[in-house]
Amino acid sequence: MSVSAPDIPAKTKRGFRLDLKTVGPLLALALLVLLGISLNENFLSYNNLTNVLARSSFIGIIAIGATFVITAGGLDLSVGSMAAVIAGVMIMVMNWLIPSMGIGWGVVIAGMATGILLGGVAGVFNGTMITRGRIEAFIVTLGTMGIFRSLVTFLADGGTLSLNFQVADVYRPVYYAGVLGVPWPIIVFALVAIGGEVVMRYTAFGRYCAAIGSNEQVARYSSINVDNVRLLTYILQGILVGVAVLLYVPRLGSASSTTGVLWELEAIAGVIIGGTTLKGGYGRIWGTVVGVVILGLIGNILNLQSLISPYLNGAFQGVIIILAVLLQRGRRT
Amino acid sequence: MSSVEGTVAPAVLSANRISKSFGEIPVLFSIDFDIKPGEVHAIIGENGAGKSTLIKILSGIEQPTSGSITYDGETVTLPPDGKAEAMGIVLIHQELNLAEHLTASESIFLGRELKRFGFLDLGEMRKRAAALMDTLHVRVDPDDRISTLSVADKQMVEIAKAISRDARVLIMDEPTAVLSVGETQTLFEQIRRLTARGVAVIFISHKLDEIMELADRVTVLRDGQLIATVGTEALTPDSIAQMMVGRELSNLYPPKHEPDVDAPVVLGIRNLVAKGVKDISFDLKRGEILGFAGLIGSGRTAVAEAIVGLSHRTGGEITLDGKPVNFTQVAQSVDAGLAYMTKDRKGKGLLLNMGLRPNLTLLTLDRHIKAGFLDSSSEERALERAVRRFDIRARDASVAVGRLSGGNQQKLMLGKTMESEPDIIIMDEPTRGIDVGTKQQIYHIIAALAAEGKSIILISSEMQEVIGLSHRVVVMREGRLTGVLEGAEITEAEIMRYAAGIKQSGNDERISA
Ligand SMILES: Nc1ncnc2c1ncn2[C@@H]1O[C@H](COP(=O)(O)OP(=O)(O)OP(=O)(O)O)[C@@H](O)[C@H]1O
Ligand SMILES: [Mg+2]
Repeated sequence: MSVSAPDIPAKTKRGFRLDLKTVGPLLALALLVLLGISLNENFLSYNNLTNVLARSSFIGIIAIGATFVITAGGLDLSVGSMAAVIAGVMIMVMNWLIPSMGIGWGVVIAGMATGILLGGVAGVFNGTMITRGRIEAFIVTLGTMGIFRSLVTFLADGGTLSLNFQVADVYRPVYYAGVLGVPWPIIVFALVAIGGEVVMRYTAFGRYCAAIGSNEQVARYSSINVDNVRLLTYILQGILVGVAVLLYVPRLGSASSTTGVLWELEAIAGVIIGGTTLKGGYGRIWGTVVGVVILGLIGNILNLQSLISPYLNGAFQGVIIILAVLLQRGRRT
Repeated sequence: MSSVEGTVAPAVLSANRISKSFGEIPVLFSIDFDIKPGEVHAIIGENGAGKSTLIKILSGIEQPTSGSITYDGETVTLPPDGKAEAMGIVLIHQELNLAEHLTASESIFLGRELKRFGFLDLGEMRKRAAALMDTLHVRVDPDDRISTLSVADKQMVEIAKAISRDARVLIMDEPTAVLSVGETQTLFEQIRRLTARGVAVIFISHKLDEIMELADRVTVLRDGQLIATVGTEALTPDSIAQMMVGRELSNLYPPKHEPDVDAPVVLGIRNLVAKGVKDISFDLKRGEILGFAGLIGSGRTAVAEAIVGLSHRTGGEITLDGKPVNFTQVAQSVDAGLAYMTKDRKGKGLLLNMGLRPNLTLLTLDRHIKAGFLDSSSEERALERAVRRFDIRARDASVAVGRLSGGNQQKLMLGKTMESEPDIIIMDEPTRGIDVGTKQQIYHIIAALAAEGKSIILISSEMQEVIGLSHRVVVMREGRLTGVLEGAEITEAEIMRYAAGIKQSGNDERISA
C-alpha cells in the first residue's frame, strides 16, 4: 500500500485521542461560555465581552510571540518585566518630547515607535545571549527578567511614572476607541493572531521553528541556520511585547514596578493550554488565542457570580493548566 | 545448529494465530511463531513486513488484536512497557533506546541498580559494567555519557545491557545494522555462548549472510503474512531473498560503468584536518562512485562532516570544480550542489514527530515557496515523486515518521537528500536497515546517478556494497587514509588489510586516479 492509496480512513484510537487534543481547548472554551451565560445574563453583553477581550489582548499578543519561542524549543521569562520597562521608557520619552514637539499625535507616534524598537532591542539581547553565548534560555531570561524589573523601579525611582495628562488624552482612544465598536486592542490582537497563524503554518520560518524545537540536530543537518531562526523568535517576541505595551499605556497612562507582574506566566499558561508543547516541536497560534481567552474568562466569570470568591481565580487557572497538560500527555514528541 | 525442526524440545515462547491492527490498519495476519530454548530463530522480511511489530507483541510492548501468547506452556498476557523483562523476555529495540544523559554504567543497570546498605553501589556497578564491556570488546568507559558515544558503541551498550539481564528469551531487532564486521562477530560469539546455556534468541536482520551463519530456523514475513518457517540448512541466501520479496532477485549490483579516464575532478581534498580527521587527501571525479571503507570509528563520517561544513576544518584545502571553497554552514554546501546524508537517521536525519511531507522538504524548503508562503501542493508533488522513486511505503502519509518501519524511514531520508538535486552526494550507510529488494533498487539508483554524471561518495560498513558499487575505494583507519584501491584490487581481503593497518600505501601518489 502506498501513500497515495490509503483506502481505509485512518480513524485509529490514537487519531481519536489526538482529535480530542485538538478540540480540547475549544471544548473548554465552549463550556466556560455556557457556564458564563447560565450564571449571569450580562455575560454575553457587548460591554462585558469587549471588556474581557480587550484586557486579554495584552497577554494574548505577548503569548503569540511566546508560541513561536516555545515551539522552537525556547522560553522567555522576561516578557512581563520587559513590558514594564518599555512602558516606563515610552512614558519618559513622550514626556521628554513634549517641549520640542508639543502635544499631539506626533509625540504619541514617537512613543509607540520607541516601544516597538525597545522590544526589538530587548529581543536581540535575549536571543544573542542564548544563541551566541550558548546559555540556556531559562537562565538568560531569568536574568533579564530581574534586570528589566529593577530598571523600571530605578527609572520610576521606586514610584510611578505618569504620562503628561494632555498627551494621555490624545493617546486614550488607542485603548478605549475602535472601529465599529470593537476596541483597538481587540482588533490588533486579532490581526496579530491571524498573522501569527499564517506565519506559523504557511512560511518556512514557522516550519523551521517546529523543526528546531523537535530536534535541533536534525535541523542543523538539514541546512537550517538554527541560531538565526532562534534569534528571530526572540526578536519577534520582543516586538510583540512592544505592540502589547503601546496598547496598554493609554489604558492607565502610567508605569511602575508592578506593571506587567506575572504576565510571563500567564502568557506561557495560555500557550500551553492552547496545545503547544512546552518542550517545543509543535505549536499552534489559534490554540494560544483560545488559551488566553479561557484564562480571561475564568477571572471574568468569577467576578460575575457570588458563590465562589474571585480570589480563587489563580487556583482555577492553575487547575486548567494542569488539566490541559494531562490531556496533552501521550502525544509523542 | 542443534535444535532444529523435529526436535521434541517444547517451545519456551510461542505466538498462536496472532493478528495486529493499528486502528483499522492491519499489520499482521494470523501469525504462528515459536522459539525453543537454545535456538536462534531469525525473522526476515521486507521493510514494513511487520517484523518489529511481531517481536513487540512477543515482548508485551504491543498487545495483539487477536490470538494468544504461550510462555512456558501457559497462555499469558504479557505486561506492557518492558515489564516482561522481569519474566525473562528481554528486547533490544531496532531504534536505540538509551537515555542520552546517563552514563554507560547507569544505563546498563537502569531499573535494577545494585545497592549496598540501601545506597547505590556505584563502584560495583562500574566494575561489572566494565567487565561486560570487556567481554564484548567494546572500548567504552562505564563513566562515558551515552550522548558522547558513536551509534555503534550505543548499540553495544544496549547489547551489554540485554546480555546482563537474566534472559530466557533474548529478542534483537536489527542489532547488527550499525555494527561493523568485527563487532558483529563479537556479538555472535556472545549469542552462541547464551544459546549454549539454553537462552532462546530471536534475531532480525536484513543481512542474509548473517542469518545463514547464525540462525537455526528462519521465519519469513511478507506484508504481514507468514510465508514460511524453515530450517536454515534448507536455504540459500538467494532462496531466502526470493521468499522475502516474492520474486526472483538477480543482479543485486548493477554493472559498473567506468567513468571516463579524463573525467574532470569535481571535488578535491588536500591535507584535510579536522576533529577525528588526520591529513586526508583524495579526488572525486565526475561520474565516479568512490567507496569509503574502514572500521566503524575510522573517521569516515568525520571527513564527510568536515567537507560539508558540519564540523570545523582546522587545516587543508577543499576545491569544488577546481575552485577553493570553505563551507561553514550546511546551507552553503547544499547550494553548491553537495549534499550529505547522515547515517544517524533518528538523531540527525528525521523529525520523528512530524509527517512525511515536512521531513522530505525540510532541506529544500526554499524551493517550495511561492510569494513568501509555503506552497503545499508543490510539497505534495515532491512527496508523490519521492514515494514513487524510492518506493516509500507508509499506510498513511500523515503518520508521524517515527511510526514508519525503519527501512521506510531510511528511504524517506534518501528522498530528502536527493530533493536538493546535488551533483555530489555523500551517502553515509545508505542501506542501513533496508531489505534486499529495496537495496537492489537503491544500488541501481546510485549507479544511475553516477551514469548521469553525478559523483558519489559511498561510506559503508557493508564490504560487499562498497566492492559491488565503487569504482575506487578509499580505506581509512584511525582518522588517516591508509590506501586507495582500484579495479581488481578491490577485494574484501585487500580492504581488510588496509583497514586493519597491516598494509599502508606510503604516500599520496595514488590519491588522484
Ligand atoms: N504505532 C504504529 N501506528 C501505526 N502504524 C504502525 C505503528 N507501528 C508500526 N506501524 C506500521 O506497521 C507496519 C509494519 O511495521 P514494522 O515496524 O513491524 O516493520 P518491519 O518489518 O520491522 O520493517 P523494517 O525492516 O523497515 O524495520 C508498517 O507499515 C508501519 O508503518
Ligand atoms: Mg523493524
